[in-house]
Amino acid sequence: MPAIKSVNDFVVKFANVNGSGSASANEMFARSILRMGVPVTSRNIFPSNIQGLPTWYEVRISGKGWLGRRGGVDLMVAMNPQTWDKDIASIDPGGYLFYDSSRPIPASKFRDDINIIRMPLTEISNAAYKDPRQRQLFKNIIYIGALAQLLGIEPEVMEKLIGEQYSKKEALIAPNQQALRMGHDYAQEHLADICSLKVERANEVGKRIFVTGNDAAGLGCVYGGATVAAWYPITPSTSVAEAFAKHCRKYRVDADSAKNKFAIVQSEDEISAIGTVIGASWNGARAFTATSGPGISLMQEFLGLAYFAEVPAVIIDVQRGGPSTGMPTRTQQADLLICAYASHGDTKHVLLIPEDPRELFEFCAQSFDLAERLQTPIFVLEDLDIGMNDWLCEPFTWDDKRVYDRGKVMTAEELEAGKTFGRYLDVDGDAIPYRTLPGTHPSKGAYFTRGSSRDRFAKYSEEGAVYQDNMQRLLRKFETAKSLVPAPVIEKAREKAKCGVIYFGSTAPAMREALAALAADGIHLDTMRLRAFPFSEAVTDFINAYDQVFLVEQNRDAQMRSLLVNECGIDPARFISILHYDGQVITARFIIAAIAERMSLTSREAAE
Amino acid sequence: MTYIAKPKLRHPGIPVNKLGFTHRDYEGSISTLCAGCGHDSISFAIIQACFELNIEPHRVAKLSGIGCSSKTPDYLLGQSHGFNSVHGRMPSVLTGANLANKELLYLGVSGDGDSASIGLGQFVHCVRRGVNMVYITENNGVYGLTKGQFSATADKGSKSKAGGFNADSPLDLVSMALMVGATFVGRSFSGDKAQMVPLIMAAMSHPGPAFIDIVSPCVAFNNHAGSTKAYDFVREHNEAVNRLDVMEPREAIKVEYAPGTTEEVALHDGSTLRLSKVAADYDPFDRIGAMNYLQSRAAVGELVTGLIYMDNAAKDMHANLNTVDAALNRLSEKDLCPGAAGLAAYNAAHS
Repeated sequence: MPAIKSVNDFVVKFANVNGSGSASANEMFARSILRMGVPVTSRNIFPSNIQGLPTWYEVRISGKGWLGRRGGVDLMVAMNPQTWDKDIASIDPGGYLFYDSSRPIPASKFRDDINIIRMPLTEISNAAYKDPRQRQLFKNIIYIGALAQLLGIEPEVMEKLIGEQYSKKEALIAPNQQALRMGHDYAQEHLADICSLKVERANEVGKRIFVTGNDAAGLGCVYGGATVAAWYPITPSTSVAEAFAKHCRKYRVDADSAKNKFAIVQSEDEISAIGTVIGASWNGARAFTATSGPGISLMQEFLGLAYFAEVPAVIIDVQRGGPSTGMPTRTQQADLLICAYASHGDTKHVLLIPEDPRELFEFCAQSFDLAERLQTPIFVLEDLDIGMNDWLCEPFTWDDKRVYDRGKVMTAEELEAGKTFGRYLDVDGDAIPYRTLPGTHPSKGAYFTRGSSRDRFAKYSEEGAVYQDNMQRLLRKFETAKSLVPAPVIEKAREKAKCGVIYFGSTAPAMREALAALAADGIHLDTMRLRAFPFSEAVTDFINAYDQVFLVEQNRDAQMRSLLVNECGIDPARFISILHYDGQVITARFIIAAIAERMSLTSREAAE
Repeated sequence: MTYIAKPKLRHPGIPVNKLGFTHRDYEGSISTLCAGCGHDSISFAIIQACFELNIEPHRVAKLSGIGCSSKTPDYLLGQSHGFNSVHGRMPSVLTGANLANKELLYLGVSGDGDSASIGLGQFVHCVRRGVNMVYITENNGVYGLTKGQFSATADKGSKSKAGGFNADSPLDLVSMALMVGATFVGRSFSGDKAQMVPLIMAAMSHPGPAFIDIVSPCVAFNNHAGSTKAYDFVREHNEAVNRLDVMEPREAIKVEYAPGTTEEVALHDGSTLRLSKVAADYDPFDRIGAMNYLQSRAAVGELVTGLIYMDNAAKDMHANLNTVDAALNRLSEKDLCPGAAGLAAYNAAHS
């Protein structure tokens, strides 16, 4: 029997039934490895359902610090009979199957090229507990205890985590630790030397933190000074609004009056949510909404209004699998075009595309500066992978000297002093006009905001020349945006590269791993990670430097390619699209295979 | 539409209010609505109410959706910021504006197409949330700008100008507002200025969601025999339950009323509302009674107008959300950003 032997480099996948309480136990497992100083990433693969359907939790342990999804499974913890066959089939040859052997399973249901670890979990749990719910919940802890023993995770680390988890419910600490020990002792006694996957204490985690993107996004909005949030529940963005509420309760309640320095409205739909954001922003508050694809579809008309009437707005779009309801609990990068060109008529919108929770925190905070500076909607495009999975990333930082850029708002004093106010007048040559806030001055600066055409002084006009003048200024304003949005991150290969690669968003960790593996095989690639739309000159320059550029995207239609071709005037033939859109997180193995195949093809073609 | 500039000349003897403003200071651009349109009378009543209440024009934010009614904010309060948003979605924009700065007076002007059809959801949810505002629908039962289609408030059996017959049941925004928690509800008729002005004044003094439905005949498309929103029909079927006066603090009572027929109510802003009962048994402080009364009168084809309901202890959305006293749009980094120290705690909790 071949057995995979590995220290600090393997993938454990848990197959569970949702609603069974496995999530917190599995997360504790991942955290315990982090506490051993070994980097991990985890991914939840869950259904749009509350109880009874299959759910998986995949933990990648990587001493080298590769944080993307690797692909493949070394140890399957198969706790769901519904998905047994598929789960067994997904184990790499020589890998391990850990399962509940309380009930006999026919031999035909196993494979002979994997190692079987049997543990009568239900029996153990039923013997120890009477309450059915306790039997289920502690079963999860028992298998975590056994796995910790099998993999060599220090028992003290686990015990400490349990103490932290239940610090506010102390009565639960002792029974959980007891369950943990039950699992540990069983494994020690009956399953010794069966598993050659090991975790060894290392020092590779450093100061990094383990957070979900949506939590980081909510925090970023607190730091960015958002005072108004309006939202409608939709997976996978709900936890952004919930995180904002949680962080506000912690950081934004006035100590003296116990009153809130924030307002959160759960709207009746996404149309109302964006309307409330626009109303609040028009009136000088920093406001945002969080949504997902279907919400973006509903918001289209309002987004056109905000673009044309030049009202700031921040929209956090947690992308999921589309179109329509699509795959609501799976990840994709398929809202690029609908956001970039949202609404009828000629529009262009600013997109910020973070690679991980840390950058998402930063971009959320920054988005309010950009929205007020540019007086236009700003989309923060994250996705389900970043938003709902725990990522290991650099700690968040904040410069206390940082001040908010509140943009061009004409004050009562300036109006009083006789400064000319034309709401849509380009005074500074950057195509960004001044605005006034309602209630500013008794006799100066009032204007009518509307979605219909108007002149530079906000006066209604259907004159063609007046309309075009305004539309041209909006284009120039978009030019200004190029210098304000985050620049692309360009990295040169160690050796001269013939090809470039463009990637963005949650593809980043898998891409880094793929690049290292390809380089080891002699395939060197220069890379550009896009972080924003509109594209600056640096983007065009990068693409023009190569005959062929790989473009890795998580959608079917190569939307970023369309955007680049359209906006930068690039010959589409220069791009080689690598598209991953099955809803699962893109893996390094997938990228490596796609690029290697294409490269060998190219070199073969060259040889012929 | 602001095609035509108004002359700045004014009569030297024109009355001024306590702030030194004349009527002219509360006017907007020249109306481009049809001559005789009920909406213009409502605009005038709003101007009059603001003048009487000594409101600073720039402390009002006027918002609307799309349609003839939604154009009218342009024709009043020229020194106020206005927002002509998208069709049926004014309530959400107004909600956001109100959240940002609770210190202004929020005036939402809408119509029956804007609020009863495309925007029905936003209308009821905005009221439900208790947004402190004066929400007026200029209700003519017809789509004017698109030339005469029935709206959702058109009565069953109404005839259109083009000869069509409305087979659908009507939607009553007043009943709906009562049902979803409006704390001030009135109905009026654009042809009755004496009723409209004090009703709007009382609504402006109310610290919660105030809704007034004003039947406002469309002279171009819905003022013919067979329409229940025509001037003649409304005059004939108008049943006012009360008459109102809004008086400033300590203003001398000029008219004597028979005992038992008037009631004085102290309003939130210190002024007094004097209510003269027309329907002797009508109690505008009884929400359920008001709903029953509306239904029973509607059943016999009467249009109940006047102050229909008022909760003088109303609370608004900001009270529900427990927001700080200062307007949210005035808070700065110091108030809002937890800084590096806050992040240190966050990082520690996530390692």
